Amino acid sequence: MPSNEVIQGLGLDDYKFGFVTDSEPVFRTRPGLDADIVRQISARKDEPEWMLKRRLKALKIYEAKPMPKWGGDLSELQETLDQTYFYVKPQEQMERSWDDVPDSIKETFERLGIPEAERKILAGVGAQYDSEMVYHSLKEEWEAKGVIFDSIEDGLKNHPELFRKHFGTVIPAADNKFAALNSAVWSGGSFVYIPPGVRLDTPLQAYFRVNQERLGQFERTLIIAGEGSRAHYIEGCTAPVYSTDSFHSGVIEIVVERDAYFRYTTIQNWSNNMYNLVTQRALVRQGAHMEWLDGNLGSKLTMKYPSCYLMGEGAHGDILSIAYAGDGQHQDTGGKVIHVAPNTSSSIVSKSISKGTGRSSYRGLCKVYDGATNAKSNVECDALLINETSRTDTFPYIEIDERSASIGHEATVSKVGDEQLFYLMSRGMDEAEAMALIVRGFIEPIAKELPLEYAVELNRLIELEMEGSVG
Amino acid sequence: MGKSPLLSVTGLSARVADEEIDILRGVDLAIRPGETHAIMGPNGSGKSTLAKVVAGHPTYETTGGSVALRGEDLLEMEPDERSQAGVFMAFQYPIAIPGVSIANFLRTALQARLEDGEELDLFDFQELLMERMELLEMDPAFAQRPVNDGFSGGEKKRNEILQMAVLKPALALMDETDSGLDIDALRVVAHGVNRLREENPEMAVLLITHYQRILNHVIPDVVHVMYRGRIVESGGPEVAMELEARGYEEYRKAHVA
Repeated sequence: MPSNEVIQGLGLDDYKFGFVTDSEPVFRTRPGLDADIVRQISARKDEPEWMLKRRLKALKIYEAKPMPKWGGDLSELQETLDQTYFYVKPQEQMERSWDDVPDSIKETFERLGIPEAERKILAGVGAQYDSEMVYHSLKEEWEAKGVIFDSIEDGLKNHPELFRKHFGTVIPAADNKFAALNSAVWSGGSFVYIPPGVRLDTPLQAYFRVNQERLGQFERTLIIAGEGSRAHYIEGCTAPVYSTDSFHSGVIEIVVERDAYFRYTTIQNWSNNMYNLVTQRALVRQGAHMEWLDGNLGSKLTMKYPSCYLMGEGAHGDILSIAYAGDGQHQDTGGKVIHVAPNTSSSIVSKSISKGTGRSSYRGLCKVYDGATNAKSNVECDALLINETSRTDTFPYIEIDERSASIGHEATVSKVGDEQLFYLMSRGMDEAEAMALIVRGFIEPIAKELPLEYAVELNRLIELEMEGSVG
Repeated sequence: MGKSPLLSVTGLSARVADEEIDILRGVDLAIRPGETHAIMGPNGSGKSTLAKVVAGHPTYETTGGSVALRGEDLLEMEPDERSQAGVFMAFQYPIAIPGVSIANFLRTALQARLEDGEELDLFDFQELLMERMELLEMDPAFAQRPVNDGFSGGEKKRNEILQMAVLKPALALMDETDSGLDIDALRVVAHGVNRLREENPEMAVLLITHYQRILNHVIPDVVHVMYRGRIVESGGPEVAMELEARGYEEYRKAHVA
């Protein structure tokens, strides 16, 4: 790390600050990317030969693919990439002391009501904390059931066959430029396996193991939900992620085997200098049910479209997404549902909020292949504009090759109006409280699906954001 | 009447912001605690505008005169400050807030009245809400519905009365609360207002209405007739009866003359 690294922006408009650390890296690659760096990453992780070959092949694909021209503005991304350290050994992140974290951030955490222990994790302070105990007892329970919940690195090391069987099968490196990049340089993330028939009542929460290995810039997660299993995985949190990185490109692969149910919840709030380009996709087998619950806040540009490939008869996919675009931010989000088999069904519910000069775009694909008889899909996207300068667009792509398909699409745009504000203010709420209540109501259909503590954090975050929208 | 006025409106003139013509053209009105006043008048006479200006609707700007609540200048206050000072307006067209339950809405409104750092006790709130709903003979399930979203006209007005019952204002402005209600809904709403008047004899009410019929249920102390932005006549309940019989014709003639 440079001797003076200025960390910018929490993603909250009101919190601008600079922060200086002097910590020396344990190990990191030089800026930029080439085959030598990919080799170093693989060697550092002590990987088998096949993985190194995969990485190198992915690098070639990445280099060959042009920068996408659609979605958000990526014209300045190459510059960011040239300066990016593609691998930083995680331990150095743990050396930061809580005392070094600026008061403004501590105050934000305080106002968000985030538990002490969690704050330290979010601030990149590697401390042991209370939930470690909780985690250990849960871990014992999971292990007894044969559930694997590990870092992706340990997954590869300890379960090589299972890993190799599924890795890259849901999202091949050639899928898109950033999936290729991730496939070349991935580091960090989770490996999850739920054995057939196992049902978990407690969600698997990624932050239980974040202090073991920090969530990487190029996180890679592979999840296999065995036949007839049932589980919920939660990743991220609504607090601003305090990070020196300005580029995040994750790949999340999920296989939902026959008659299984799997829900993946992620709420992320990136600092506002961040490019957040994520590919997440689930293969959904016969009679299985996949749900994505996706919340995107902060970042400079997010491009993220969780997908369900409905491969087996009667498979069902749900995508619920919330995007919040503050000043200068662009959320290009939505979802993709691909109907391959007969009697498959899907729904996408997307809600976006744009404030100030923020821009949100809904981008979705509904595809029904020939032979996927009686496929049903319903898309609903609602946008809420807070200010006159806020912007929203809708790009629904619908490709139907099957006559018997039944497809619904509904889109609404609403503005926070003077009459609505006056109504609330005439009951004693100030303008920010009134705005926050309107926004909370708007996202309620999705927020009510969140675990309670996440819903509470999300609500508090919206209140903070709305304070900045007034005046 | 030994009491000093709760609401004093003096020489008030107001217009829609950025427009040229005043809708209110010198309104004088004094309401003492515990009094119920009705304002009647034809369409466009300015009676709804008066209620909205007192509540602080952003569409209007005042061009003269003053409005005071217990001697405090209301015109200097934001709508939320006026609410907290004790003003409540029951809307003619209540606004829908999708996804926000009536209970949540009212909890937020009460929370807003507390000092920073003070938290409304949820059990106390629940108790208050249930007690208020019982007073108004409402089904508790009503409070779980999203505010005015998909409500019938009658439900919207009942929701306004419930809010009034929870917020317990010193001054209730009722902007054509009776319009669009059938006789049963009208009775329910009037009954609610009367219960609140009985409960708090100090509460003042300003009823804006087109029709005499609500005044059969909520008996006013004073009836004002508004015409072309001014109060042109004031008297007892008999004024409303007379108006019903003879209409506004004589005011029109007087105005032309």
